[in-house]
Amino acid sequence: MAQVEKFHYDNAIVRNFAYATMIWGLVGMLVGLIIALQLIFPQLNLGIAEVSYGRLRPLHTNAVIFAFVGNGIFTGVYYSLQRLLKARMFSKVLSNFHFWGWQAIIVAAALTLPLGLTSLHEYAELEWPIDLAIALVWIGFGINMFGTILKRRENHLYVAIWFYIATWVTVTVLHVGNNLELPVSAFKSYPVFAGVQDALIQWWYGHNAVAFFLTTPYLGLMYYFLPKAANRPVYSYKLSIIHFWALIFIYIWAGPHHLLYTSLPDWAQSLGTVFSVMLIAPSWGGMLNGLLTLRGAWDRVRQDPILKFMVVAVTAYGMSTFEGPMLSLKSVNAISHFTDWTIGHVHIGALGWNGFLTFGMLYWLIPRLFSTKLYSEKLANTHFWIGTLGIMFYAIPLYWAGWTQSLMWKEFTPDGFLKYGNFLETVTQILPMYAMRVVGGTYIWPEISLWYTIWSRRSAPARSLATKQPKRLHWLARMACTKANTGTAGWKEGLFKCFYLRP
Amino acid sequence: MTVVFLLILVSLVVALGFLAAFLWAVRSGQYDDDYTPSVRILFDEKQTEND
Repeated sequence: MAQVEKFHYDNAIVRNFAYATMIWGLVGMLVGLIIALQLIFPQLNLGIAEVSYGRLRPLHTNAVIFAFVGNGIFTGVYYSLQRLLKARMFSKVLSNFHFWGWQAIIVAAALTLPLGLTSLHEYAELEWPIDLAIALVWIGFGINMFGTILKRRENHLYVAIWFYIATWVTVTVLHVGNNLELPVSAFKSYPVFAGVQDALIQWWYGHNAVAFFLTTPYLGLMYYFLPKAANRPVYSYKLSIIHFWALIFIYIWAGPHHLLYTSLPDWAQSLGTVFSVMLIAPSWGGMLNGLLTLRGAWDRVRQDPILKFMVVAVTAYGMSTFEGPMLSLKSVNAISHFTDWTIGHVHIGALGWNGFLTFGMLYWLIPRLFSTKLYSEKLANTHFWIGTLGIMFYAIPLYWAGWTQSLMWKEFTPDGFLKYGNFLETVTQILPMYAMRVVGGTYIWPEISLWYTIWSRRSAPARSLATKQPKRLHWLARMACTKANTGTAGWKEGLFKCFYLRP
Repeated sequence: MTVVFLLILVSLVVALGFLAAFLWAVRSGQYDDDYTPSVRILFDEKQTEND
């Protein structure tokens, strides 16, 4: 008689990473909102160097990329890897080392960047002791992941796992390559390359950080969580395999498109452009594969906030992977370079693709991790709509600002002088767009509803009361209802039940 | 521009590594079945306990 084997997945580590994603997401985006406000009201610097724009901007980018998205990746990887391989994580010690090590690195970043300790490489600003810590934690993650792959009970490696493997391998190479630096003191180092050579290694890293930290791991998550949420297999598994192999062989060569019109050799610039354009094919193959997974289920997209988040995420992936190659064309880059168009472009990717896929994943995951139901679909739907409006209010004004800047910079007088020779003139011109971008900061707030979903599972029995309310209530009646419902759970609970919940 | 050659070398090593992985995947039969894995992920074991 064969014995049925019993084993358990480690859900605690997934939960921890989910909490971390939600905390750092809020922190990173709030710092973003603060610096967006500083661009309109410079006096918000308060005259303190530590909270000035130049110090907080790297804190914002590092926090959203490595803290919010990073923890989001680990949440999804630790959940899906175990299930796809039918195996518990290789080592509990390594999982915890990974979790706490990563959070400690984030805290170290949050302390050192405002203090002005930076190695000046964009998205790799952290100084050498922290770089070493990142390498150590990342290797711990790698051993844990490959250990789990080796002891798997399922022979086939699902496409998502290949995306995770590519992420780990390439980020390792990139991190080491871009942080080759000579320490001169405990908190200061200099890169081994200088000038345009340093710039090339920086953008080889910078571009591939987008590729292998913000894209490939999230594609892995998409290939797992989108079919799960839709409860149907991916449109074409064959296409997903082609998507993966095509993407990783092309992606790494596109970095030089960040250095068009510089002293980088012309052939290298063109090489970057050619590979960028080639990238459209696998990227759009992947996007269509994601969207077509929902064929026959679009009626559910109308109802289900999780699918809504994912559809917008995949669409944003498609938009930014089309826009990216366009921006890498020299003629388009002549318009966009140094303007706020670039900022708009990256935020379509960050807020749309990474942010919305994270939210969709968390709304799907949290009820399962806590063995409960989503507290309120309506709340999640509201989150979705406010978030979508936030993306619009962020991106559209910045596109506008970018074109305005570009047109003004290139405007000449009949005598051949620059019409707007003073940079300040373009700055004052785009202030209204900057103000509208701040309105896009509303993207941040509904994230609190995720917290509410977790918090509310404790007051589950109280929920049944709410269903007894009539469909439409006058606001005075709702006030009375609030008063009546303010019990042990406090007035917030009453307010929420009577003003928000769908009866 | 020594860094160009360094980067090309590093990128080629990475690419060759992936090529080896690809050849392994194809030869070991990972892609013999290119449909069922996509359906299999939809079935989860019943959750018995959290830890």
